[in-house]
Amino acid sequence: MNVPTLIAGEVEPEERALIGTRFTVPGMKCAGCIGKIERELPKIAGIESARVNFSAKRVAIQHDSTLDEDDLTQALLSIGFEAQRVDDNPMGTEAGERRKLTRALGVAGFGMMNIMLLSVSVWAGAEGATKGLFHWLSALIAMPVIAYSGRPFFESAWMALKYRRTNMDVPISIGVILATALSLYETITGGDHAYFESAVMLLFFLLAGRALDAVMRDRTRDGIGALLGRMGKSASVIGADGSTRRVDAQDLEPGMLVLVAAGEALAADGEVEEGESAIDNSMLTGESKPEAVKAGDILHAGAINLAAPLRVRLTRTAEDTAIAEIARLMDEAGQSRSSYVRIADRASRAYAPAVHSLAALAFAGWMIAGAGVHQSLVIAIAVLIITCPCAMGLAVPTAQVVASGALLKRGLLVKDGSALERLAEVDVALFDKTGTLTMGEPRPVIRQLDDEARRVALGLAQHSRHPLSRGLVAGLRDAGVEPANVESVTEEVGHGLKGRWNGLDVGLERPASGAQELASQLRIGDRARTIVFHDQMRGDAAETLDRLSREGIAASILSGDREEAVSEAAVTLNLPFLAEATPSEKLETLEAFKAKGQRPLMVGDGLNDGPALAAAHASIAPGSASDASQQAADAVFIGKGLAPVALAIDVARKTMAVVRQNFAFAIGYNVLAVPLALFGYVTPLIAAIAMSLSSLIVVANSLRLSGAAGRGDAL
Amino acid sequence: MTGLAFLIPIALGMGLLGLLAFFWSMKSGQYEDMEGAANRILIDDEEETEW
Repeated sequence: MNVPTLIAGEVEPEERALIGTRFTVPGMKCAGCIGKIERELPKIAGIESARVNFSAKRVAIQHDSTLDEDDLTQALLSIGFEAQRVDDNPMGTEAGERRKLTRALGVAGFGMMNIMLLSVSVWAGAEGATKGLFHWLSALIAMPVIAYSGRPFFESAWMALKYRRTNMDVPISIGVILATALSLYETITGGDHAYFESAVMLLFFLLAGRALDAVMRDRTRDGIGALLGRMGKSASVIGADGSTRRVDAQDLEPGMLVLVAAGEALAADGEVEEGESAIDNSMLTGESKPEAVKAGDILHAGAINLAAPLRVRLTRTAEDTAIAEIARLMDEAGQSRSSYVRIADRASRAYAPAVHSLAALAFAGWMIAGAGVHQSLVIAIAVLIITCPCAMGLAVPTAQVVASGALLKRGLLVKDGSALERLAEVDVALFDKTGTLTMGEPRPVIRQLDDEARRVALGLAQHSRHPLSRGLVAGLRDAGVEPANVESVTEEVGHGLKGRWNGLDVGLERPASGAQELASQLRIGDRARTIVFHDQMRGDAAETLDRLSREGIAASILSGDREEAVSEAAVTLNLPFLAEATPSEKLETLEAFKAKGQRPLMVGDGLNDGPALAAAHASIAPGSASDASQQAADAVFIGKGLAPVALAIDVARKTMAVVRQNFAFAIGYNVLAVPLALFGYVTPLIAAIAMSLSSLIVVANSLRLSGAAGRGDAL
Repeated sequence: MTGLAFLIPIALGMGLLGLLAFFWSMKSGQYEDMEGAANRILIDDEEETEW
């Protein structure tokens, strides 16, 4: 758990310490939600202020140190928003990268406009001293602007050259530096032409492409980072004298005795020595049903203790835990994916050497033809600039940024551009059951409950953190039930909740019979009734699978759950299935598909899906998934529907179509322009204008994707 | 010609001012929540002053 950062709030008479805590709230959809959160939260005692960041779907709350994470989550829930705590600094260096590019873009834009102002005067016929002055002024603006804005390219080109490789940035850097040097020479010798504007314009458009690419990466990393970091990071170790001290997870050793408080996550594997409780193993298995544990039972790291404190003797720590084993599998499975070459890189690998040789050939050719160093150089620069991969550089990022923005509005976060490219290529889909095809959280069947029972149930359940209570609260709130004022509520571990209401004893307990199903028993006075819980199928699961099959993607179920539970879902959805699969069996299934030359899409949420998610050609996880799964997945969808999965494939394919159009256009443009430049018909200025125009056309084409995800409310 | 002596510095100065304004607005976080800013105009002021 992170220590909340202290924020210097206004100093009040009693010097209250204010703490800043941030939450991610996926349910914010309109201005009304912003208003509601910022207006209603400060009304709650202890909350000073709340500030919404709508784009990132976040709320920053300034509050008293007496309120903890759960109080605040409850407060948000009480005004109708589900929320999750965000780590304090999820946007570190990446946001810095974007800012650096944006600043460079601003400077380049400034330089471009001012130099253009002077250049236009020169072309309009400024002569003699005026022309000289304008060239000098241009040089004065251009040199610092190029030095500042060009850094991202120069640095990357230098790195490439240092390792004797070449990349897209090498021809760019050479083109810009040569054009600047030549222009400076012309200015000093009082020559006719200076090409500062071409050089700066080139930088401006290239930076625009880079900045968009950074936005793409940032936007989604925010969303993913929001949900990280819930596993046990430290533990209370009980010393020989009975005292406890906090020890970091990596410093734990087998044989240590640790105290696991209610609500705490285990940081290592171990055996229960003392105590009885229930644990939530959903991080490991994806199964939401709490498991009862007693002395002698084995616990795994990542399990959350729900009820009473437990004393646990550690057996396996750090690298040896079951979670670490899965993480290792995931890591290995993910290797193959990192070797995937993005389409832009594939293009530039072929492109950069071609451009260099072409420019060099032009220079050599004109020298041989006896044109002189100066004219040969001008032509070579024109070739470099006109073939500059501006349109190419923009072709991919613009399309991907627009598409991912459209998807984000519909509740799907795509991690990066390569994810979109891979999503477009999948031809078979595998779904986990619990938490993916189903909601993954127990919801009560409340039809048979009367109004009074509903109100009492809510009044009791909202006092507990037990998953069933939480499910009950969520279900009843959705039905618009107001809680009854139940007094003196106590929670008894392993049994349930007790309280007083209208002079009657009321309770919410574990049902007497050891029923197979998830259920709890509501008691009001002498009357008892059973509330049954179901893990509901996502409402649009069938429709989504239908859409996938129309796209030519066959789906099947790959679950670690019990055979009968899986077959029930499989029959409903009419899908083939494989049940009771272990993480490594899931992984093998994926590898088998890949060996057959297919490109599988894995959709899953549990940690047991992690290796499969990492091994799949592309993968998607729901927002409720375990942290590790979200990290392994290419995309994360939020909300109650499964529709974003089909939408993601659809939009990814449209995006690739647009990318291909953009490439076709960029290449077509080069095929036309390069011969003109080679034979000296194009001055660097015309080259720069033509290049800008082609960039704009590419951007306009990409913008067509903004409507690709459709309009309306998908969540 | 003398006109240029005034006009060019003015033009450059204005451009520079714009650039500085851009840097300032970026630093003060005005581009952090573009969608939120667009939506905020729809929130009623009267309600906001209730608390």
